[in-house]
Amino acid sequence: MGMGHAFDEIMGQGGSAIPRAELAALGDWIEATPSHELRRRQQSAEATFRQLGITFAVYGESDASERIIPFDIVPRIFLADEWTRLSEGLVQRVEAINAFLHDIYGERRILAEGILPADLILGNPQFRPEIAGIRPPHDIWAHICGIDLVRTGPDDFFVLEDNARTPSGVSYMLENREAMLRLCPELFRSFRVAAVDSYPDKLLETMKSVAPVGVAAPVCVVLTPGHYNSAYYEHSFLADSMGVELVEAADLVVDDDIVWMRTIAGLVKVDVIYRRIDDDYLDPLVFRPDSMLGVPGLIAAYAAGNVALLNAPGNGIADDKAIYSYMPEIVRFYSGGEPKLPNVETWRCREPQALKYVLDNLEHVVVKLVDGSGGYGMLVGPTATKAEIETFRAALIAEPNRYIAQPTLALSTVPTLAEAGLAPRHVDFRPFVLTGSKGVQVVPGGLTRVALKEGSLVVNSSQGGGTKDSFVLMDNGAQPDGPSKQTQSQSQSQSQSQAQEQVR
Amino acid sequence: MLSRTASSLYWLGRYVERADFIARLVEATVRLDVLSPRPAGEAAWASALAVTETDAAFAKTGQPITQANVARFLTIDSSHPGSIVRALDMARNNARAVRTALTREAWTGINRAWLIFDNRASPGGAMATLNLVEAVKAETRGFEGAIHRMLRNQTTWFIRLGQAIERADNTARLLDVKYHILLPEGERVGGVVDRDQWTTILQTVSAVTAYRWLYSEGLRPANVIDLLIARTELPRSLAASVEEAVDILNLLAKRTGLHGEADRMARARQTRVARTKSGVVIAGGLHQYLQGFISENAQLHTAVGRQFKFG
Repeated sequence: MGMGHAFDEIMGQGGSAIPRAELAALGDWIEATPSHELRRRQQSAEATFRQLGITFAVYGESDASERIIPFDIVPRIFLADEWTRLSEGLVQRVEAINAFLHDIYGERRILAEGILPADLILGNPQFRPEIAGIRPPHDIWAHICGIDLVRTGPDDFFVLEDNARTPSGVSYMLENREAMLRLCPELFRSFRVAAVDSYPDKLLETMKSVAPVGVAAPVCVVLTPGHYNSAYYEHSFLADSMGVELVEAADLVVDDDIVWMRTIAGLVKVDVIYRRIDDDYLDPLVFRPDSMLGVPGLIAAYAAGNVALLNAPGNGIADDKAIYSYMPEIVRFYSGGEPKLPNVETWRCREPQALKYVLDNLEHVVVKLVDGSGGYGMLVGPTATKAEIETFRAALIAEPNRYIAQPTLALSTVPTLAEAGLAPRHVDFRPFVLTGSKGVQVVPGGLTRVALKEGSLVVNSSQGGGTKDSFVLMDNGAQPDGPSKQTQSQSQSQSQSQAQEQVR
Repeated sequence: MLSRTASSLYWLGRYVERADFIARLVEATVRLDVLSPRPAGEAAWASALAVTETDAAFAKTGQPITQANVARFLTIDSSHPGSIVRALDMARNNARAVRTALTREAWTGINRAWLIFDNRASPGGAMATLNLVEAVKAETRGFEGAIHRMLRNQTTWFIRLGQAIERADNTARLLDVKYHILLPEGERVGGVVDRDQWTTILQTVSAVTAYRWLYSEGLRPANVIDLLIARTELPRSLAASVEEAVDILNLLAKRTGLHGEADRMARARQTRVARTKSGVVIAGGLHQYLQGFISENAQLHTAVGRQFKFG
């Protein structure tokens, strides 16, 4: 697809040379700040990230075992109205995911009513029969969701992928904001940006709200596979900002269905665990017996209702790529309304007609492994070589069940600092949605990933993607007949004090 | 506090202290080497290996003992546990494991020290080596400053306990090796080489000026021994390290209610060191005294691990 056709989130439709009217202030800022100054600030941010050790490990690479994710200094900006509409869609989707999980591990009405084929669920490796019948505290399953979105126009968002297991990236949302506040404070005077720094408080609130019933002052912990895990920085960052212990499996012990942690003063009972370990490794007595990262007996304690696990085990069935294409039906079934956030059109290669279409159009579509992640096992037709296409053709014919395909969308772009100055680059977006016993909330921000290579659609950090800050405005930007001078200066000082509070 | 966290903090303290000690040792040895006529310069580096107990590991490399080889070995060689880079590596691994317990300043102090060695292939010549160890010292000082600005609770105390126990060990080894093993044969006690050795000891524990303040007479071995063993004013003396260990164990006992064997051992040791007279130690055998101290220090280390369930 041609870059010229993509919607640019700052410049607007059709390769415009001036920004959208609402975002004129960003255009002024770009004009007033030379590229070399932008580059200097960007390097300063990256130096800070390196010193803080905000790194990730690239699996399968022994050199460069710790890398930082490139940071781009130009923010992407959502207007208040755009955000409100987007949030409504996110809330509806996450509510449906929770209802679906509750149903599928309980009554299975959705199968009984023939909305989904039973074999798609029951024969799916992500379905955990061990979990069926267990009810998590407060019947909440997907406490922390990261919904991956792409955009093609001001209000045209599509869900690319749901992440209802252990979505990562929220630390980048917070650290990118800290960097922007420090390096580009003037932007926060031009725009009233909603704060994201309360995320750890909200997360802790969510954790406490789903503690087993009757626990007055729940002990909450974050469970990490350890400091060799690629997302360890985030685990420690979250535990630290919530003021709770960061535990490894060896720190926990289950006795008589109660979870304890080993402290210098002896054993302390644990009530709520935000676990960042995959289901497979969580409890060797129930899942993979060779897991060294897990806590034997954890699932029994969970089944007994003595501990809350965030997110609940078994959630993989809700965000599996094979289930994804049924999400519109799932949302309709549980919400009773039309999905406010559409899916990207998806061909299920398990269906013969869809497979035929995909094989006939390989050079136009994106083909994905149902069980792949991180941008691996993926074919981007328009940029693939003939040989790559033929490899995928053979794989598709051999095992069609393992694949889905989607059209290549005209993904939105945001101006990004490239070698020769600012240039449009494709982005995606992962907002974070928290669900506690008091309801669902969307954090006003998220992780914007940007494909740094010209024309590239692959935003994964393991394949040369970077990140940007994501501003959610508390208003709709500058209006043609803007506010009077007085209110303007008032809102300036407001955002200034907010900025100082966050920098703290 | 998690037992694992306590253990990592304690080891973090030990490894940072060790890195700092090796840095100061290399710095003082560069100076001693420059001052000394051949082959005493080589002897200076041999003694640095002995102090860090890396002589056997170095012999295995098959390299001759020269400034370039030993300085490289003690700074950037990650193949053995006695180098600065390995000590910082271990410190950083422990710090990573307890990221949540550290402030940003404390963590960046460690990480920045570690980054000094990132992709560094050689310590360079004498000048560059001095710059390298100076950079390490600056970063560990930054870390030291940061932990004194952290919450005054178990976190800081476990780090400082590790530092105090490591420091006691380092000073004892330094004194032991320098005094007994490496005074070159045939050199007159009180001669030039001897004097440089004593200055090197003082320099390694940053006590050259302190010595002048505390003792009115010139450089005398008995005074240096007195300073390094019995004077609590000198932070790196055995007496000061021992006192600090007792104080920190007291703070931990007050906060956590946990006290026991480690407290008793540390207090008994403090009483003994306080009574130490350098003249008596020298007459009775400094080597035996220091060996006794080092093994007692190791026992205290074990008792700390038991008391706080390091596991």
